[in-house]
Amino acid sequence: MTHAAGPPRPAAAIGRTRAISRFILKRIGLALLTLWLLSVLIFLGGHLLPGNVGRAMLGPFADQQAVDVLNHQMGTDRPLLVQYGDWVAGFLTGDLGDSYAYRAPVADFLGPALLNSAKLAAVAFVLVVPLGILGGVVAALYRGRPTDRILSVVGLSATVVPEFVSGILLILLFGVTLRWFPISATWDEGAGVLTQLYHLILPAIPLVLILFGYIARMTRAGMIEALEADYTRTAILKGQTYARVIWRHVLRNALLPTISVIATQTVYLIGGLVVIEILFHYQGIGSLIYTAAKKKDFPMLQAGVMSIGALFAVTTLLADLLYARLNPRIRFGDRE
Amino acid sequence: MKDDLRRLLRQPAFDIGLVIVLFWVACAIFGPWLVPHDPYADDLINTLMPPSAEHWFGTDQLGRDVFSRVIVGARDILTVAPLATLISTILGTALGLTMGYFGGWVDEVLGRIVDAVLALPTVIVALLALTALGTSMITVMVVIAFSFAPIIARTVRSAVLAERSLDYVAAAELRRESTFYILFVEILPNVLPPILVETTVRLGYAIFTVATLSFIGFGIQPPSPDWGLSISSNYGMIGGGFWWTVVFDSLAIASLVIGINLVADGIEGLRHD
Repeated sequence: MTHAAGPPRPAAAIGRTRAISRFILKRIGLALLTLWLLSVLIFLGGHLLPGNVGRAMLGPFADQQAVDVLNHQMGTDRPLLVQYGDWVAGFLTGDLGDSYAYRAPVADFLGPALLNSAKLAAVAFVLVVPLGILGGVVAALYRGRPTDRILSVVGLSATVVPEFVSGILLILLFGVTLRWFPISATWDEGAGVLTQLYHLILPAIPLVLILFGYIARMTRAGMIEALEADYTRTAILKGQTYARVIWRHVLRNALLPTISVIATQTVYLIGGLVVIEILFHYQGIGSLIYTAAKKKDFPMLQAGVMSIGALFAVTTLLADLLYARLNPRIRFGDRE
Repeated sequence: MKDDLRRLLRQPAFDIGLVIVLFWVACAIFGPWLVPHDPYADDLINTLMPPSAEHWFGTDQLGRDVFSRVIVGARDILTVAPLATLISTILGTALGLTMGYFGGWVDEVLGRIVDAVLALPTVIVALLALTALGTSMITVMVVIAFSFAPIIARTVRSAVLAERSLDYVAAAELRRESTFYILFVEILPNVLPPILVETTVRLGYAIFTVATLSFIGFGIQPPSPDWGLSISSNYGMIGGGFWWTVVFDSLAIASLVIGINLVADGIEGLRHD
């Protein structure tokens, strides 16, 4: 015990610290377990299914000897378990293997692609989080009235339309007809932040549309629950102003579930990036995975998919921790 | 039941959704006999013609009639997506019943695998599987079925957990009924409503996914007049102003997914009232 020298801490505080560390450890353990399972699934997906990698690369008419040599060079003739160990070890040390298609390290492509996608995702999030929360709050405050109904139908509709469909319609309207925005997301080399931002706004909107409905819905549900809670009534009865009650009591509690939703939605966001990046000719992780799939470049494909899985595991973990930090029920160890 | 239906039909959003879905189902079934032109016939003299009295939605780069293609284009997606949803519902229900009924380590192990699958976007899972297995309608269906099954399993599992401790289950166990009987004859009928809602919602996502996969070339294959596929082969030209080659297909997809989700939302709302 590190605090042995200090004054004795009350038992409750120690229990609380223990509850928190147990919660954190459990979450980290779960994240690692998910990652491990994912790595097995992805590895099997990439290695068992195509059968002979050398044959797949050289085609059905290649000489058997050439196929064997290639398999040996790439190490794909070794037992699967050895290859899996190698792949995971490489992943942990930052060696992601070589791309079949470009004969160059996968990592060289993965880094810049992730950075580009992160920029696009950031623009989408910066736009959608305040909009979604605002939508949910307004819907909850006007619960059951036309404003609420309209917001709910619009949010639902925006959420279910595939990104490439809204993307096409946006390109036609704002890119081709009105000419407000460029129809390609790729900027000239050395372009400044503002130019990059300008290119990213149109591609970000389909992602914003998809996420808006989810965030608004969760916020609305959380708000309604908080509005009906006893503490809200107490606050109103205490004579606080309505705005202050909403801001200090309702919103704080209402936003908790929204945090988890935003985290889970990152996964769908990345799925959406594939389509958006193809549609807007943008070099991100989505188009990297897509190109790798088209070229049957399995090392690139696996590394790309695995990094998405890792990203998801980390985001979920962070969201859980943030949730625990903000939720007094977890913070004070009432419940795990 | 009749009462529920009447309440559903009184919601304008549900009605609009239902009309849209029924319209596209009718197009999928009867489309080929209704359209004014052959959706597959090239006409290389009249390529990329704007909408006119002869071609209401114009013609595409091979001179095919866009209107006819949009109508008949409902066919493949409305075959693949519902079948995929059906398979995933069957799989997911079986999985969810097993997880919820047995609990313990079965639930724990299956739950972990489900979480790992859910950690990846469906489109990415599909890309990985379709690259490895090769693209075909069957593969698309199987991939969607497998990625949606865990989500349905989760819903079924939590519904089963609520039923698990009820007396009728204990009674069946005392009668020494087989596990299969208890799961599918005793418990299943009682958890049908949440399964129905989840299935409708999944159908919307299945259409979303099939359309997306077709757009990126891993779904429905040419020469099908499928919407996603048509957009994929024409969107490169929209900079040139040939908007009619993509707009109608886009609106078709949008209307179908919105329609299905309005229906799903209506049914879901009914359960919460």
